[in-house]
Order: sequence, then C-alpha cells, then structure tokens
Amino acid sequence: MILNGVMLTIALSFVAIALGLVLATLMSALRSLAGSWAGYIVDAYVELMRNTPFLVQLFMIFFGLPQIGIRMDGLEASMLAMTLNLAAYATEIIRAGVDSIHKSQIEAGLALAMSRRQVFQYVVLQPAFARVWPALSSQFVLMMLASSICSFVSVQELSGTAAIIEQDTFRSFETYIVVTVIYLVLALSLKLFLNWLGRRIFPQVSGLARVTEAHGEAA
Amino acid sequence: MQTFGWPEAYFILRAASWTIALTAIAFVIGGLLGGVLAIMRLSRVKLLRRFAAGYILVIQSIPVLMVLFMSYYGLSAVGIELPPFLAASASLAIYVSAYLAEIWRGSIESVPRQQWEASASLALTRGQQYRYIILPQAARISLPPTVGFLVQLVKNTSIVQVVGFVDLMRAGMLVNNATYQAFQIFTLVGAIYFAICFPLSRLSRHLEKVMNASRSH
Repeated sequence: MILNGVMLTIALSFVAIALGLVLATLMSALRSLAGSWAGYIVDAYVELMRNTPFLVQLFMIFFGLPQIGIRMDGLEASMLAMTLNLAAYATEIIRAGVDSIHKSQIEAGLALAMSRRQVFQYVVLQPAFARVWPALSSQFVLMMLASSICSFVSVQELSGTAAIIEQDTFRSFETYIVVTVIYLVLALSLKLFLNWLGRRIFPQVSGLARVTEAHGEAA
Repeated sequence: MQTFGWPEAYFILRAASWTIALTAIAFVIGGLLGGVLAIMRLSRVKLLRRFAAGYILVIQSIPVLMVLFMSYYGLSAVGIELPPFLAASASLAIYVSAYLAEIWRGSIESVPRQQWEASASLALTRGQQYRYIILPQAARISLPPTVGFLVQLVKNTSIVQVVGFVDLMRAGMLVNNATYQAFQIFTLVGAIYFAICFPLSRLSRHLEKVMNASRSH
C-alpha cells in the first residue's frame, strides 16, 4: 500500500517536472522572442503563481473550475496544479539564466548569420539551462515535497496513503515516522539523481561559474 | 442554501489576521532557532556542526505537512495533546528554522574573511567578533533573501487547516462547504494571499537591487 503511494508520488512529480519544464521553456521563449505584450502576460502569470499558495491553486482547479463547467478528478487536478505551479517557478529561474547571458554573445551569434531562433536555442537557452540547473534541481525537489499537499483532494499518494493507514490502525506515530523517512530517502535520491543528470547533460560547464543556487522556495 | 455575500467575505477577511499572526509567531520562534543553528553550523566544534547540518538536511528534505502531522496526530498518539494553534506554530517554526539557518549561514559566510582576521587581530573574542563585526554586516546581506523567504512562509501557512485551525484557507473552505461557490471564494482567498505576498516579493527584489547598487561602488 505504501509502495503504491510512493509510486504515485514519483509519477506525479515526474509528470509535473517534465510538463512544467516544457511549459517554462515555451514561456521563456515567448518572453524573449515575442513582443513585449507576451512578456507582460508571462510575467503576470509568474507573479500570480509565485505569490499564492499551491493549495489555493489546487482548490481553484478542483473545486472552482467545475463551476464553470470544467470537471476533473483529484489526480488530474493535482497534475495540472503541480505543472502550472512548477512552470511559473522554473520560468523565473530560467529567466535568471537567460539574463546572465552576455549581450555580446547574442551579437556574435547573429554575426555568424544564425537565425534569431537558432541564437535563442544554442547561444541563450542551452548555456542558461546549464547555469541554472542547480537552482532548477532544488525547485524540483521542493515540488516533489509539495506533492504531499495533493492528498487534500483525496489523491492516494504517499501522504494520502499515510492518512488512510493511520485511520485503519490508529498507529499514527509509527505511520508518520515511516512515511517521513520515505520522503527523506526520496528527496535525497532525487537530489543525487538530478546532480548526476546535470553532469551528464551539461558536462562542458561544470567548471564555469554558475548562477548561485536560489534559496529554498517551496510551493 | 446560503450564498456567498458580504458576511462571508468579511469572515474570510477576518481569518486572514490569523494567517498573519501565525506567520509572525512562526517567523520569530523559527528565526531564533534558525539563528542558533546558523551559528552552530559554523561552530569550531565538530559535533555541533554535524548536528546542525543533519537537522537542516532532514527538515529541508521532508514535506512541512509531515512535520505538522507528526506534531499533531503523532504526538497525540503517544499521549501529548497539542492544541491546533500550538501544533501549527511549532511545525512552521521548525520548518522556518531550517531554511533561515541556511540563508543566514550563507550570509555570514559571505562576509569577507579579512573581517574575521582583522577583528581577531584586535583581540576580540569570537562572541565579540560575531556581535560587533560579523553579524551587523551579515544582517544587511541576509535581508533580501529573508524577506523573500517570508513569502514562502505565508503561503505555507495555508496547510495548517488540516489540524482544524481556522486560518485564511480554512475560512475559505468553511464558506465553500456552506455555499458551494468555490470559484468566487477561492478567487477571494487567493487575492488576499496575493495582497500579502506580492508587496513582500517586491520589497525583497527592491532590497536586492539597492544592495547590488551599493556594493558596486
């Protein structure tokens, strides 16, 4: 039973990280390549998501949207909320990376007759990603921990499972200790995995200065 | 059926003061604890250093929700009954302490090493060095990230409603249970959180800019 919960927590986090990252990349591209109006919309979205609690966002999707005719179950609502939330944080982090790319680099790219899209992809985005990877990694770990909040809309992930076991056995202390240790192991393994992944994907920058790791920003 | 109107909105707005109170208490207690941890983390005694590092690692790697469950349901199972408000503020203070300890350790470490050496050569004790030389400088450096973290704390208070404490979030849920107008209610609740958090975010960013400007002189 706990194993199912663990799997669901991992699956939720994985989907949110993957989709959130794609969305964040698109938003960053929109911010850099499209006109300023697109930038304003992206900025407004990022500020809105970063300054309201994840729980409010989740409830808005789960309880609020059915009122205007969009209905989804707890799992779908959780995935959507986590993706949208992570996308906002990741956009902000990627922005720091994009800002750290020197203007002369872009000019050099354009001078080599690269298209604006090519410059964005190879000169701006890839090095930016490499620099902010540590900050992104800690955000991913925080998102995994925040997935515990999805138990509020009756998703049976790890903390949801814990609540059920506790109700069945009345062994709250033991249950929560075990589940907490599992979270600890999950968080530390995810951290190690992301560090390894970062070294694999961006080997060329491991020696260069990276944008300092953002301090913990929980959802 | 009850509908969502001014009395309900007023009820939610009043509950926001509990969210602010909870934030303040967790911040003060967690801050004191975090300060001690930050100093321990930089102590010359290995055991203290290890202990603080372990504590910070563990708390930063588990969900706040689990800390809350443990201190409310977990402790009551072994016979210690904490009232919801106490359990909520204790859990949040534990969470705050680990994050602030890391932020403040970073700030202390970013005070140039020469400041330590110069003050040591003036025969100041380690306590005096901290008190007169290092901490005043570290406090300035730590201000923007600390204000930024406050935003995270305000948002994280929203989970304490699971132990039955009526904060902003819980008030919204109670009204929702009576009126089923979730869209309007959570828009209001979200707007109030935003009204608290957004100025803090801007302040944090502003402080960061001011400091960067003053450092480049």
